[in-house]
Amino acid sequence: MTTDGSYLMSTGTSLIQIRGLCKVFKTDAGEVNVLEDINLDIMKGEIFGIIGMSGAGKSTLVRCLNFLERPTRGTVYFDNQDLSTLSRKELYRIRRSIGMIFQQFNLLMQRNVLKNVCFPLEIAGVKKKEAEARAYELLELVGLSDKAKAYPSQLSGGQKQRVAIARALANNPKVILCDEATSALDPATTKGVLALLKDINKRLGITIVIITHEMSVVEEICQRVAIIDNRRIAEVGYVQDIFTKPTTEAARRLVFPEGERVEHFTSSRCCRIVFNGSSSFEPVIANMVLEFRQPVNIIFADTRNIDGKAFGQIIIQLPEDKLAGEKMMAYLRNRGLTVEEVKDFV
Amino acid sequence: MLGQGFLESLYMTLVSSAMAYVLGLPLGIILVVTDKDGLRPCAGLNRILGVIINLLRSVPFLILAIAVSPITRFITGTTLGSTATIVPLVIGAAPFIARMVESSLKEVDKGVIEAALSMGASPFEVIYKVMLPEARPSLILGAAISVTTILGYSALTGFVGGGGLGDIAIRYGYYRYQTDIMLITVALLVIIVQVLQEIGMKLAKLGDKRK
Repeated sequence: MTTDGSYLMSTGTSLIQIRGLCKVFKTDAGEVNVLEDINLDIMKGEIFGIIGMSGAGKSTLVRCLNFLERPTRGTVYFDNQDLSTLSRKELYRIRRSIGMIFQQFNLLMQRNVLKNVCFPLEIAGVKKKEAEARAYELLELVGLSDKAKAYPSQLSGGQKQRVAIARALANNPKVILCDEATSALDPATTKGVLALLKDINKRLGITIVIITHEMSVVEEICQRVAIIDNRRIAEVGYVQDIFTKPTTEAARRLVFPEGERVEHFTSSRCCRIVFNGSSSFEPVIANMVLEFRQPVNIIFADTRNIDGKAFGQIIIQLPEDKLAGEKMMAYLRNRGLTVEEVKDFV
Repeated sequence: MLGQGFLESLYMTLVSSAMAYVLGLPLGIILVVTDKDGLRPCAGLNRILGVIINLLRSVPFLILAIAVSPITRFITGTTLGSTATIVPLVIGAAPFIARMVESSLKEVDKGVIEAALSMGASPFEVIYKVMLPEARPSLILGAAISVTTILGYSALTGFVGGGGLGDIAIRYGYYRYQTDIMLITVALLVIIVQVLQEIGMKLAKLGDKRK
């Protein structure tokens, strides 16, 4: 860990402190540990990412932050209040200062956009007139004032998430928790929603916690990130530090999802494969690569599928290893293809 | 005679439906709330209610009407006529309605309920501000089915001294072989069912903003 929570505590005030948090789910098959000994500090005003593969426990972790899930052991301090000591009523009250948005938006389908944004205000006991005025203000902020009377079913995914953001902002929260908020959106819409969150963070100073499995989201807006892997925090630090020198295996997997090094082909051995009406449904080249566990490089390909049969030719670059190359050519011949070695093609 | 029977049938059906909902709606809500992934899981209460409801639901309605006749007599002073019929109708329909309400409320997206909880809504607020309004179209459809079922039950009580069209169909159409009267009562019942069902469907569609 290059920069852990305790170091950062001296530079800012923390809004959320997670201490020794464990979560065990009881199922019919026995107990399942979902989170083990999580310790984290999230600072006021930062955009903090929590990233991990699916099943790593990140959604459970974010639900522990507002006690939608009660931790089995350990606790969460929100604004210096130990959530585990609060009564139900106090918990309802504190949840109003923790906004939350979701992957599936979770808007009320039978209420229009305006009434959706009014909903948290209604719960907080704000008068209807005031609530509507505030809702219009928020819809303006997220750029949807013209959709106030529309129903969620009439909106696109990006618009729904903007309504959800407006709704999350209604009670002037100190933090917004985003649970895979952009995972159901296309890349362009994702960018727009992230830009909005960034803007909200900057303009209103609201802390944002982002749960995601996409490194691109973290890169785009987070200052710090925690990598959660196998029920535990594997690494915490500034995004650029983790990006440039990930110290744990989990971090490396997320930063380089396709493997760190790309192999370069230097071999000059090529072979030409002629397809003369063999079945085009068999993925010959792919099967060969899987079989030999050695990559080949397709240099030229011109094939046609005529009535389920393949015609044409492909030129591939074989691996440097002479024996492997021979074996591959034999493999292809066995598939009923015409194979010949071509020299000096590259 | 037929006109009066028609009105009696409507009276029994609508009053019984209303009273059965007074019992069935809260029961349905309790079933959902105490379910193992409900707002306040309570396996014991859920199990007990479930067994009682299934018990009442599995007794054929005619048998139930006869079995509860002491209760009917206690409440209305008689077991004959339309008003007396309301008692077994309510007892027979409430468990059915509870199950209808339960299944409608279970259709409500768990995510929306979670969102409401994350805003600090109490379970009570979740029920009446989220679950019931979100399930409204489905609840209305369920009500149309329930009301028409109750109408069917009410006709059945003609056998045991209930009033309305069922009584006429049995006394004149069945016991006296007056086929014309039988046919007319059946036609009237069909019309009532059609109209009620149609109104229910229209209302459900009108109020549904999901499209």
